[in-house]
Amino acid sequence: MAVLFYAEASNGKVKKNGLEAATYASKVAASLGTQAIGIAVGDIADSELSALGAYGASKVVKVADAKLENFDSQAYAKVIAEVAKSTGSDVVIISQSLSGKAIAPRLSVKLDAGLVSGAVALPDTSNGFVVKKAAFSGKAFAHVRIDTANKIVAVVPNSTGVEKKEGTAAVETASVALSDADFGVKVKEVKRQSGNVLPLPEAELVVSAGRGMKGPENWGIVEDLANVLGATTACSRPVADIGWRPHHEHVGQTGVAIRPNLYIAIGISGAIQHLAGVNQSKVIVVINKDAEAPFFKAADYGVLGDAFEVIPKLTEAFKKFKASQH
Amino acid sequence: MKFLVCISVVPDTTTKISFVDGDTKFNTDKVQWILNPYDEWYALVRAIELKEANGGSVTVINVGGADNEQVIRKALAIGADDAIRVDAEPGDPFYVASQIANAAKSGSYDVVMFGKETISYNGSNVGGMTAELLGLPFVSYASKLEMAASTATIEREIEGGKEIVEVNTPFVCSAAKGMAEARIPNMMGIMNAKKKPLNVVAPVSVSNHTTIVKYELPPAKSACKMINPDNMDELVQLLHNEAKVI
Repeated sequence: MAVLFYAEASNGKVKKNGLEAATYASKVAASLGTQAIGIAVGDIADSELSALGAYGASKVVKVADAKLENFDSQAYAKVIAEVAKSTGSDVVIISQSLSGKAIAPRLSVKLDAGLVSGAVALPDTSNGFVVKKAAFSGKAFAHVRIDTANKIVAVVPNSTGVEKKEGTAAVETASVALSDADFGVKVKEVKRQSGNVLPLPEAELVVSAGRGMKGPENWGIVEDLANVLGATTACSRPVADIGWRPHHEHVGQTGVAIRPNLYIAIGISGAIQHLAGVNQSKVIVVINKDAEAPFFKAADYGVLGDAFEVIPKLTEAFKKFKASQH
Repeated sequence: MKFLVCISVVPDTTTKISFVDGDTKFNTDKVQWILNPYDEWYALVRAIELKEANGGSVTVINVGGADNEQVIRKALAIGADDAIRVDAEPGDPFYVASQIANAAKSGSYDVVMFGKETISYNGSNVGGMTAELLGLPFVSYASKLEMAASTATIEREIEGGKEIVEVNTPFVCSAAKGMAEARIPNMMGIMNAKKKPLNVVAPVSVSNHTTIVKYELPPAKSACKMINPDNMDELVQLLHNEAKVI
């Protein structure tokens, strides 16, 4: 028995959601009296993987096969399932990222393991293995018991946290036989957004704006605020639909659902479809000149005022704060 | 080209969520049930567009009781050719995927489509499980889908960007924003839907892997703290000292 976690990586680095999976797995392992083992896929330096010991991993198994540069859920699920079996792992922890969403269900069938996806807390193991997950688009939680011997938990990014301590993990290399049949999906082209801010699903700080900005030419002050904070920019649906902002920025029920630590909403009224995508944010700040905007009811902090006056003042206040921190 | 589109019946987006029986059951009283928006707007409409362009057929499948037939008829009114209802209470994702995979096996479909997730359980599980049960490739969060003979070119979402991938039929795909625009059924569609075949089939015997033991509503938000627009320093201090998010 052991707890296996998927150390999701990109460009040779374990991503933050991979560290979250490691932290989560080591806590589950501690409560079950066993060890947490990582599975890393791709060409990642041993030093990067041994550093996962600080997040609670006792060992990391690396499968580096050039074929795996092409992401295919079939091949990845096969690799993780093989490593779960070879390490005797009966619990697998994976991030509910876009790739995690493709891998976990396949893995669940392969390992005959019950899957709870969307986990927002550690499992309660006092009576079985019960995981709290978000449901009804953030309007409720469900506590789901996994009834099978093998178990998989897919954890919502930025929900359970990363804890770093001391320690190093042993790194082992393993190989899994892969054939062309495992790669039915051929990646032809990758288009990454420019810029070095975190993509929305992983962002801790998000500055979002809506129709209250009156036109795309006015977004400069929103971007200034985001730059000062190191936040990722987002927008409401109408603004994406009329082409003021790119579609990938659209947060809400039909766009991206996010869970940042801080969500600043500027000139967004807060329709229920928008809230469904952002209501799991830890803290919500609403800036709106309409006192009747429904978003104020979902906010922790509100500023009733004209965005064009408030945002530059807020940007200045953040600048002052940042300077005082150094 | 034969499409199988898997549709869920879910509570309308604006439903006030509550629970009964000691928070162990979802309160269905006064709930308006709808076709899961991602299944409808993205998966179903794109399948119909591709059928209209290239020929073929679109079958929809739902796992659920007879009450779901009204919603299934809506999918037929939008343009699906026929429907299958697996006559069973939908259990957990593995149970539902097993039913769909079983029905898909006998239909020799080229493309099996899902919405990216349901708006009720937000799991994103059934598509991937069905793909694994059928041993087929799976492309999730597809925002564009084009078909040329037996090869599909698909744009899918990845963290911080998009990928263009190619996959041969048969395959499984889950659809996200960008795939298609919602279609409102017209009167002709609604009339025709009544005559289209809706086949009720018995479920295969499968055990659930998971059980929902309890529901919980999020803690009530405390009242929004209003900050003077001329005092943004105060907001920054509150975010730092009180909320501790910066």
